[in-house]
Amino acid sequence: MSQLTDLTARRLAVAVADGQTSAVEATQAYLDAIASRDQAISAYNETFAERAIQQARSIDEARAKGAALGPLAGVPIAIKDNLATTFGRTTCSSKMLADFRAPYTATAVAKLEAAGAVILGKTNMDEFAMGSSTENSALGPTRNPWDTGRVPGGSSGGSAAAVAARLAAAAIGSDTGGSIRQPAAFCGVVGLKPTYGRVSRYGLVAYGSSLDQIGPMTRDVADAALLAGVIAGGDPRDSTCVDQSVPDYLASLETPIDGLRIGRPSEFFSEALDGEIAAAIEQACQVYRSLGATIVDVSLPHSRIDVDAKGQLSSYAVAAYYVVATAEASSNLARYDGVHYGHRTEDKVDDIVALYSRSRGEGFGDEVKRRIMLGTFALSSGYYDAYYNKALKVRRLIKNDFDTALTACDVLLAPVTPTPAFEFGEKTDDPLQMYLADVYTISANLAGLPALAIPAGLSAAGLPIGMQLIGPVFSEETLFRAAAMFEQAANLPDMKPPMIDESS
Amino acid sequence: METQDSQMPDGAVTILPIIGLEIHVELDTETKMFCRCRNRFGDPPNTNVCPVCIGMPGVLPVMNGKAVELAMTVGLALGCTVRKFTKWDRKSYYYPDLPKNYQISQYDLPLCEHGRLEVPLPEGEAKTVAILRVHLEEDAGKNVHDNPTHTGVDLNRAGVPLLEIVSEPDMNSVQQVGAYARAMQRLVRWLGASQANMQMGHMRFEPNINLHITRDGVTYKTPIIEVKNLNSFRALESAVAYEIDRQTNEWQADNAFTLENLGKQNRGYDDATGQTVFQRSKEEAHDYRYFPDPDLMPVIVSAQWRDRVAAGIGELPLARRRRYMDDYKLTFKEADALTQDAATGDLLEGALEAGADAKRCVNLLLGRGAALANERGCTIAEIGVSAGQLTDLAGMLTAGEINATSAAKVFDKLVDTDDGPQAIAAAAGLLAVTDTAEIEAWVDDAIAANTQAVEEVRSGGKKQKKAFGFLMGQVMQKSRGAAQPGEVQRLLRQKLGLDG
Repeated sequence: MSQLTDLTARRLAVAVADGQTSAVEATQAYLDAIASRDQAISAYNETFAERAIQQARSIDEARAKGAALGPLAGVPIAIKDNLATTFGRTTCSSKMLADFRAPYTATAVAKLEAAGAVILGKTNMDEFAMGSSTENSALGPTRNPWDTGRVPGGSSGGSAAAVAARLAAAAIGSDTGGSIRQPAAFCGVVGLKPTYGRVSRYGLVAYGSSLDQIGPMTRDVADAALLAGVIAGGDPRDSTCVDQSVPDYLASLETPIDGLRIGRPSEFFSEALDGEIAAAIEQACQVYRSLGATIVDVSLPHSRIDVDAKGQLSSYAVAAYYVVATAEASSNLARYDGVHYGHRTEDKVDDIVALYSRSRGEGFGDEVKRRIMLGTFALSSGYYDAYYNKALKVRRLIKNDFDTALTACDVLLAPVTPTPAFEFGEKTDDPLQMYLADVYTISANLAGLPALAIPAGLSAAGLPIGMQLIGPVFSEETLFRAAAMFEQAANLPDMKPPMIDESS
Repeated sequence: METQDSQMPDGAVTILPIIGLEIHVELDTETKMFCRCRNRFGDPPNTNVCPVCIGMPGVLPVMNGKAVELAMTVGLALGCTVRKFTKWDRKSYYYPDLPKNYQISQYDLPLCEHGRLEVPLPEGEAKTVAILRVHLEEDAGKNVHDNPTHTGVDLNRAGVPLLEIVSEPDMNSVQQVGAYARAMQRLVRWLGASQANMQMGHMRFEPNINLHITRDGVTYKTPIIEVKNLNSFRALESAVAYEIDRQTNEWQADNAFTLENLGKQNRGYDDATGQTVFQRSKEEAHDYRYFPDPDLMPVIVSAQWRDRVAAGIGELPLARRRRYMDDYKLTFKEADALTQDAATGDLLEGALEAGADAKRCVNLLLGRGAALANERGCTIAEIGVSAGQLTDLAGMLTAGEINATSAAKVFDKLVDTDDGPQAIAAAAGLLAVTDTAEIEAWVDDAIAANTQAVEEVRSGGKKQKKAFGFLMGQVMQKSRGAAQPGEVQRLLRQKLGLDG
C-alpha cells in the first residue's frame, strides 16, 4: 500500500477515476499510515476514520454508477484545525476551543468536499495560528518528519508535516505572515499563499483578518494548482473575497513562460540569510537562466532586513506586521469570553468581569496573550497614531515597493526562511527571534500578493530548503507555471523524508 | 446666547439649558445588518440568530444594502450630506449582550452629516435643530433579568440595523427636546425607515444636558451630563427636567460645580422615581479602540445611487402640512393631525382625487377615524377604511342621503368590511328618510305630544330657540335618527307658523 501514499493528489485522482485503485483503498492506505507513523509526528489533532471511509465509499459508488467525479474524487486530504467543520471539533489547538463544534463548514472545506476530496482529519497548529514552529499548540508540538528533533515550522506545521510524511495526499493551511510557506519550506513541500481575496475566508477562524488567506500544501506544484483551482473563487459570505473567474491552473501548467523575467530583491540576500539557502537560490537562478529566463536585480527598500552588531535581525515589515496582525487579533479574539461558547472557568466568580478574565486567562496560551496585549496597546487611545496608523503607512510603502519592483519583472524570487528548520526550544524563550522566522514571508501578506513556496533542495544536514515566487495580485497562474518550469528542470533530490521508508 | 453684561442687577441669575440629543432608531428591514436573520421584535428568545450574529469563530459579516439605503433616506430627508466614501469600524467593549465583544459601527466617517430638522412647536412656532451626524451600526442583544439565579441573554436583537442620529446641542428646554424627539419619530415613520415603536424599543434616547448660568456678567457652565438609555418620551422629558433642576441646585450649592472642574459625566435614569442616577466615573470610562473592520469593504456611494434614493423620498410632512392648509383650507391643527404619517394623508388625497369634499372627509377622518385609531393604538390610515369608502360616505353626506350622526355609525362599520357605505347604511336603516308624508306624521305626533314646548315656540319668547330644538330632537328620536334634518326643520317651521 505504500505506493498509494506516494502518489501525488493529481495522480491519485486519476488512478481513482480510471479504476486503478478505489477511494476506499486510498483512504485506508492513509489511515494505516497515520496509525503507524503519526505517533512520531503528531500532525493530527483529530482524525475521522469512519467518516472518511464513508465518504470514500460514496465516491466509489458514484463511480460505479458512472456519475461524473470531481477533480479531487477519492483524494484524502488534511485540513488545518482553524477551519470550521460541522464534523469533529475546531480547536485552533487552543484550550479555549478544545471542545468547540462548529455548526457550519468553511467554504474552502465545502468546496474540497464538493470536488470529491476525502477529509482525513484536522491538523495541529500554533494556537490560533500564532507562531512559527507549532510549539505554541496547547495540544503539544508536531515534529518535523525530516528530523523529529526539529520543528515543522508554523503555524500550519501539522499540515506541512502530514503532507511531507505521506499522512495525507495534500493539505490545507492558512497563511497570515508565512504560516503556509514557512512550514512548507521546513518540511520540503509546496505551499501557496493566494492573493488576498482569492479564497473565501468564511469559516477560517480569524487571526489577522486583513492578512489571512487559506491555501494548499502539497507534494508538487501541480497538486497546488489543482487544489487552488478548487478552493478559489467568490463567496457571498465573504465580502473581502473577490468574485473573479478562476483560471484552469492545470491547463497551462506545462507551458513554460517565454522570456520569463525573474526579479531578485537585493534586500533579501543580505548577511541575514543562511549561506546554504543563498546558494540554493543562486543555483535556482542558474536553472532559470538555462531555461531562457532573465534574472534582474530589484529593490524592496521597505522590506529591508537589518542585522545589528550582535547579529540580531530587524525589519520594518516584521514590525508593521506585528502591529497590524496583533491589533486585528486583539479584536478578533475578544469573542472568546466564556459567555456564549468555548472555555469557561470552573472557579466560582462574583461578577462578569471575573468570569471574562478567569476564562480568558485559563483558555489562552502565553503567545496568544502576548499578541492580544500587544494589539490592544497598539489600538489604545493615545497610541493609535504612533503604532496602528504608522504600521498602515509602512504597509502601504511596502506594497508600493512590490508594485514598482513587479513592473521590472514578472515574478520575484526570494528565500522563504532565514535558516532551515530549527530545533525544539531554540527560539521559544525569545519571541522576537521567533517572529523573525517570518522575515521573508510577511511582506507578501502585507502587500496582499500571491506567494508560492517550493522546495529548492536539501541542506548538507539533510534538511529541506525552500524558495518562494511572489507575483502581482491574481497572478497565481504565472507563479504555478514558473514554479513548474523549475520543478521539472532542477533535478532536485527526492523530497521524501527518510523516516518513511525506515518505518515501513 | 451671549453672556449678559453688567446692565443686569447685582446677583440676578439667568439660566440657559443647553441640550443635545442622540437618538437610536432601529431600521425596519426584513433582515439584520450583517446577516440574513429575520429582524423582528417579540419572537421567543434566541430564535432569530445564526453563527454570524452570535459571533461564532470564523464567520464574517455581509452588509445589508437595504439598511444603508434607509439610512441614506433619513439622512437626505434631514438635509444631510451623504459621504461618497464611508467605512465600517469596530467599537470594542465587553458586555454579554455583545457576542463579538465589539460592535460594528461608523467612527470617523459617518454615512451622513450636517443636516437639520424643523421641529414644530405649539402655536405654530418652529425650531430648527442642527444634525451633526447620522451613522449606521448594529444593535446589541438584550440581557434578560427575569430569573433570580442568573441573567439570560437574548440575541434576537443582536445585529439589527441601528441608526444613530446625533443633534447639535441646539435645544434649550424640555419642551423643545420633546418636540424634536416626536418630530424625528414622525419623520422616520413617514419615510418607512422605522416603525419607531417605543414599546418595542425601536427608538431610544440619550440626551446631553448642561446649563449656561450667567450672574454679574460672568457665565458658568455646569458639567455636561449624558443620560443613557431612555426608552420613552416621558422618560426623556422627565430626565431632562430633572437634570435642569439638579444642575441648578448643585451649582447654587457650590459654584465649583462646573464643566471645567468636573468634565463630562454619564448618568442613568430611574423610571420609578423620575430621577437620574450616578452611573460611571471617568476612571472607568471606556477606551473603545476603534479601528476599521477588515472584514467589510468600504461603502462607495455613487451620485446615481444617492440620487435614486433621494428621488424616492417624496414630500416631507411639514411641506404636506403647509399644502393642506393652503390648498384645502385646513386649520393648522387639522393639517398637523393628518400629516402625522404618510399613509393617512395618502388616504385623504385618494378620496379627494375621486372628487370627495375636503371638509367632509377631514371631519370623518378626524372624528370617528381619530377616535378609532386612538382606541386601537394605530394610525388613522391603519384602521381599515379605504379611500373609496371614504369618498362614497362623504358623497352621501353631501347629497343629504345620510346625516352626520348616522354617517359616524356607518364609518365605524366600514372598518371591518369591504362593503360600501350605501349598503351598510341601508342594511342598518341609517339612510335618511326623505319621504315627506312619513316625516310629517312624526312632526304631527311631536306637536301633539308636547303642548308646552309648542306654546313656547309660538310665543316667541326667549325660550323659543330651546323649545324648537327640543321638538326637532323629538322628531329625530321618533325617526330613530333617519329623518333628514332639513326636511324636519322645514315642516316644523311651517306647522308652527314660524315662516310668517
